[in-house]
Amino acid sequence: MAAVRAAAGDTYVQPSVLPGFGLTFGFTTFFLSAIVLIPLAALVSKAGSMHWEEFIHTVLSARALASYRLSFGASMVAATINLVFGFILAWTLVRYDFPGRKLIDALIDLPFALPTAVSGIALTTVFAQNGWLGQYLALAGIKVAYTWIGVTIALTLIGMPFLVRTVQPALAEVQRELEDAAEILGAGRFYVFRRIILPTVLPAMLTGFALAFARGVGEYGSVIFIAGNLPFKTEITPYLIVIRLEEYDYHGAAALGCVLLSISFLGLWAINYLQHWGRRRSMATGR
Amino acid sequence: MLAELRSRPGHDSLLANLMRWVLISISLLFLAALLFAPLITVFATALSKGVHAYLAAVDDPNTLSAIKLTLLTAAVVVPANTLFGLSAAWCIAKFEFKGKSFFTTLIDLPMAVSPVIAGLVYVLLFGRQGWFGPWLEDHNISIIFALPGIILATMFVTFPYVARELIPLMQQLGNDEEEAAITLGAGGWLTFFRVTLPKVRWGLIYGIILCNARAMGEFGAVSVVSGHIRGLTNTMPLHVEILYREYNTVGAFAVASLLTLLAVVTLVIKTLVERRGYKSR
Repeated sequence: MAAVRAAAGDTYVQPSVLPGFGLTFGFTTFFLSAIVLIPLAALVSKAGSMHWEEFIHTVLSARALASYRLSFGASMVAATINLVFGFILAWTLVRYDFPGRKLIDALIDLPFALPTAVSGIALTTVFAQNGWLGQYLALAGIKVAYTWIGVTIALTLIGMPFLVRTVQPALAEVQRELEDAAEILGAGRFYVFRRIILPTVLPAMLTGFALAFARGVGEYGSVIFIAGNLPFKTEITPYLIVIRLEEYDYHGAAALGCVLLSISFLGLWAINYLQHWGRRRSMATGR
Repeated sequence: MLAELRSRPGHDSLLANLMRWVLISISLLFLAALLFAPLITVFATALSKGVHAYLAAVDDPNTLSAIKLTLLTAAVVVPANTLFGLSAAWCIAKFEFKGKSFFTTLIDLPMAVSPVIAGLVYVLLFGRQGWFGPWLEDHNISIIFALPGIILATMFVTFPYVARELIPLMQQLGNDEEEAAITLGAGGWLTFFRVTLPKVRWGLIYGIILCNARAMGEFGAVSVVSGHIRGLTNTMPLHVEILYREYNTVGAFAVASLLTLLAVVTLVIKTLVERRGYKSR
């Protein structure tokens, strides 16, 4: 038995009755390389062809740093807002029944399906000085459109489905019998929340947070209308990249692109790790 | 599940009910500000000067060519990415090979990358200063600032959508039926068409409509490669931007309303598919 397995393990793919590995693997690899990998390699290579000092100068210029502060900062704030409100939304959808619940549940995915340009202009109109909501905020002295607050609101809309959709299944998985047992044994609601509910949903919450954050940093369409795009003040990093391209500064654009790309890789790695952690946890609790 | 949603013994107290209404109100207010207000604004603004103005905005030649370009792009991108998704799902779900999880992560890569990067990479490949730039110019082929560039950028952005739905689904459904078919003498293609495809049809439809919605709505990536030439290289989202920047709000929101209707239809189909028992992970 071991000898047979050892022999089989020598090939790249384990032998199988099913045909088609060569064809599908080859086609998949070809498509993946042509559409994704080779273009990304061109990006890295363009940035790599810069002198080190030039690269650092572009990537750490004052304007670039200001854009990072806005892009990362606003995404962080937006993802945190979504952490709180997304959790409340998921809780409401999973645990309560009310008229229109199914409709609301379906609409959660709207920011995901809606083109970013549409949400961009719609949000700007709503939160402009004379907009539906903007006028009330203006009375309170809060200016939303063309400020970082507007950017944050746009990123909150974009990130919302990520958090709700990752937390919902985790919340649905919480064992009610455990909660009931704890309460019978005298635990208060807050204790039950802290020790039973929160640990179950924590990996999902963090995964949703990471997804919303990663998406927010790279977001373009829904933000550029409400942002104002003033350099050093309300300019997001993706917009700065587009400016560099329009100036034919391909090296500069590529350098900034590499910064965003590394954040994407980091985000992907973090999300993978969190999902793995979440899976191991649910295996340990036997569900 | 509905039985659990009704009040449970010991949870009928005033505090519990108060909590319930507070949380529901917070949720609805949050959604109202962020989701419903923009949604209603799209249609209210589009129709603010009456139905005639709305129809005139849609009937405008530049709008019509933008619609045509969007449809054309989707018509190329969606089948291509579906083919890719089916191929990727077959080799990942049906076989064990070294580096499989790394391979799967690579396929997911476009989802984590900013759409501006998606456009940027193709400008760096095919633009004037790009790797293939001089060669393309010699042969008078234009990819950037023309339809091929738009198609490629859109393909990058929507690349994983179908694969992401099919891979976990096929892994979950297992290989038993296919192996049985093969051992009974069916060929590979017959097995694929008569055994696998019917098994995954709802997941496939789900992935296709998501891919389509994204392909038609993509803005950032297409904006970078497009050149924004009205009537020629403007997709619907780009056209929305141009109209908005010209302060033609009725026109901008009229085109936006078409895209919003597409999004709503996508959500409706998605809900119907889920009703048939297909649950996306």
